[in-house]
Amino acid sequence: MNRLDFEIIRNVIATPKDTSMILDVPMILDVGCENGKLLKFLNKRKKIDGRGLEISQKNVNICVKHGLSVVQGDADKDLIAYPSKSFDFVILSQTLQATHSPEKVLSQLVRISKYAIVSFPNFGSWLVRLKLLINGIMPQSKSLPHTWYTTPNIHLCTIKDFKKLCEKNSIKIEKSFYLNKYGKQINNPIGKIFNNFFSTSGLFVLKK
Amino acid sequence: MKNSIKTIILGKKIPLFLDSGKQLKNFKIAYQTYGKLNKNKNNVILICHALSGDQFTAGINPFTKKPGWWSKAIGPNLPIDTNRFFVICSNILGGCLGSTGPKELNPATKKFFNMSFPVITIRDMVKAQKMLIDELGIKQLLSVIGGSAGGFQALQWAATYPENVISAIPIATSFRHSAQNIAFHEVGRQAIMSDPDWCNGNYIDKKKTPKKGLSVARMLAHITYLSEEAFQRKFGRNLQNKLSVAYGFKTDFQVESYLKHQGQTFVNRFDANSYLYITRAMDYFDLPNQKKGSLKNIYKNTPVKFCVISFTSDWVYPTKYSKEIVDSLNAVGANVSFVEIQTDKGHDAFLLDEKEFNETVRGFLNSTANIMGVN
Repeated sequence: MNRLDFEIIRNVIATPKDTSMILDVPMILDVGCENGKLLKFLNKRKKIDGRGLEISQKNVNICVKHGLSVVQGDADKDLIAYPSKSFDFVILSQTLQATHSPEKVLSQLVRISKYAIVSFPNFGSWLVRLKLLINGIMPQSKSLPHTWYTTPNIHLCTIKDFKKLCEKNSIKIEKSFYLNKYGKQINNPIGKIFNNFFSTSGLFVLKK
Repeated sequence: MKNSIKTIILGKKIPLFLDSGKQLKNFKIAYQTYGKLNKNKNNVILICHALSGDQFTAGINPFTKKPGWWSKAIGPNLPIDTNRFFVICSNILGGCLGSTGPKELNPATKKFFNMSFPVITIRDMVKAQKMLIDELGIKQLLSVIGGSAGGFQALQWAATYPENVISAIPIATSFRHSAQNIAFHEVGRQAIMSDPDWCNGNYIDKKKTPKKGLSVARMLAHITYLSEEAFQRKFGRNLQNKLSVAYGFKTDFQVESYLKHQGQTFVNRFDANSYLYITRAMDYFDLPNQKKGSLKNIYKNTPVKFCVISFTSDWVYPTKYSKEIVDSLNAVGANVSFVEIQTDKGHDAFLLDEKEFNETVRGFLNSTANIMGVN
């Protein structure tokens, strides 16, 4: 099954804000590409020069078997090796919260790319707030399925937190997408204004 | 028997300029091909063999009557599919199965080269291969593939002729020989040169063969090609055809018998001086040194697509060296994939039928071929 944000990522890549900056066959790095499903999904619709960085060697092997260019590596440590602005898009889909140093990773993402596409589960969602308020235990949901003691998500944040971090690092948010728990974009004005309350996850196109 | 060796004379007009400063004119390269060259000549894969390999990579080797060293990977419907690809494998310069090397006649003196053969490098071998494919009318290689010293050649091809190589698959290899690599080779060479039958390298003229020395060199090297786990799994402390140890120095353990067998079969098919020259070429291999000591300089702006493969239990060229290659390639924005295969079979795992490895090679080659529009 595709992750909920795939369609939006595809649309962002298909319709960049400034087309003059983007190559006909865009260079894309998927950080934390797992078994390559996003790269394959993107490749199907538009010709891309896709690369992947994935922490699990098992997943890397699956990717390469399927003809994807993927190396084993760690977002926290290995992004630093890539030259500046070497990719049109760098994608970090639902992984930021699992990194050791989200701030450093974020800075690297905007350094090595023309545009960084970052999505993450929103810990400020009313569903999360309600669960914590009523149950008094760490909330679990479809986008946050782990128990507190097994979760790889060590740096959960809210959309508000994320925007603050971008501001602190002078990272420009070019586009914002707020998604409900079905992965559908929230389009009603109230939902958009109170996005930190209503959205289950957020997806942002960043630039520096 | 000689008829089964296909050779070509190269360096007729322009000699091969060696790294040592010397030149080779009118030298021979022996090679084999598998599959068919397509109309666009864009389905060519060059296989580079390792230290003790030869050009008979697929099918049956006409000399040993055994399957070629990579017959499990190359052939119809195999990972390197000869229904789709045209595969070339040449005996390396300095080798002993038809290409010019120490055991061949020097055309200038009509005498055997022996130790008068110039010392060669991996880059010299690759230059000779380039002359071969030029002669065959091939402009571009879809892929250059090799394990171990063959991996050195694949890396060297990508470094020296980036415009002629679409992709490279360096396997179980490194970008330079380490102190330990050189050390093991030196012991092997000393074993050969201390055999009285080596005769200062002139054993062919004296009608002798330094069998003992070469055999010891091979036994030692073979230990490094496996892993501690593989030895234990295969042999443990099992005894050879006996129920208890014999309190002597003849073969007691199976592992001893195995190594002796490896040594003996090797001397029947390999030339001792070739072994000296090729191990020396490997020791001299230091890719970063070719460009100001940096691997990044070597592959800056490279158009070559890489698939680097290593094996967890390889202690000749451990994964960390492959990782260094990958990091350097990433640093220059090259297109690189990297796969580490879990296995206890050691360095030689690339010669064995590892499923995960085969599928990686197949997947990478087919996707590269698809991008290039190879039918």
